[in-house]
Amino acid sequence: MARASREELMRNYQVMCFYLDDITLYLQTHPTDQAALRSYEKFKQLKKEAAKEYTDAYGPLHSDNVYVTDRWTWADMPWPWERQE
Amino acid sequence: MWTYERSLQYPVNISKPDAQSAKIIITQFGGPDGELAASQRYLSQRYSMPFKQVAGLLTDIGTEEMAHMEIVCAIVHQLTKNLSLEEIKASGLDTYFVDHTLGLWPQAASGTPFSATVLQSKGDAITDLVEDMAAEQKARTTYDNLLRFIDNPEVRDPLKFLRAREIVHFQRFGEGLRIVQDHLNSKNFYAINPEFDLRKPRCGS
Repeated sequence: MARASREELMRNYQVMCFYLDDITLYLQTHPTDQAALRSYEKFKQLKKEAAKEYTDAYGPLHSDNVYVTDRWTWADMPWPWERQE
Repeated sequence: MWTYERSLQYPVNISKPDAQSAKIIITQFGGPDGELAASQRYLSQRYSMPFKQVAGLLTDIGTEEMAHMEIVCAIVHQLTKNLSLEEIKASGLDTYFVDHTLGLWPQAASGTPFSATVLQSKGDAITDLVEDMAAEQKARTTYDNLLRFIDNPEVRDPLKFLRAREIVHFQRFGEGLRIVQDHLNSKNFYAINPEFDLRKPRCGS
């Protein structure tokens, strides 16, 4: 299987983040909705997996997760506001 | 506190520069119903909000608005990045360019600088939540108006996402208002300011 592109893995991560953000907001005003609570648990896990998949292939999403070599690499990757060439 | 996440909430990939669109979209960065105003409105209001659940809502939505500000800025940046001087002049972006070149600066489409006078933090839970619901509607109308002028699907797509979030936030703030009202006397929700008049007396006073 071909290696997933940066764009594909980022898109997958964004989708999982969005599900989680939207459910989190819903739960603020519907704290006892059992189906939403189960969705929260499900997408919390999926987001964690998507973040790991992206980070392992293309680098960290947070500055507390930089893989240290002999130089600081956090700024090496494109910033999110740049167009993906 | 906040931590920075190296991803946009919704992807922005615009292949064709367009100064005309950038000139009007910037209003959702620094204009009267833009994302900067939205984030500061909710994040300022939350400190005195006496109902924990609603303070949580203001925090989450205020945080999401900062992510929306980043999306709007990414759109304007990508629309302007490779413009020629001729295109800048022909579109009328030259009046912005002389002051900011192609840097991002919070202003309305009219050129009016960002101002905190477009938002309110009144220290009254009902007043603030009604302001917030109106703000979401005003932002939704602004996105609708932008979409009337913009044809490029690469630009329309993230704007449509942002528009949809205004509707979701309107719904959530409506629920927040209902939660506040559930704590009050239903005979007259507006008799008091729940943030000020329901404070617990200080010890010894």
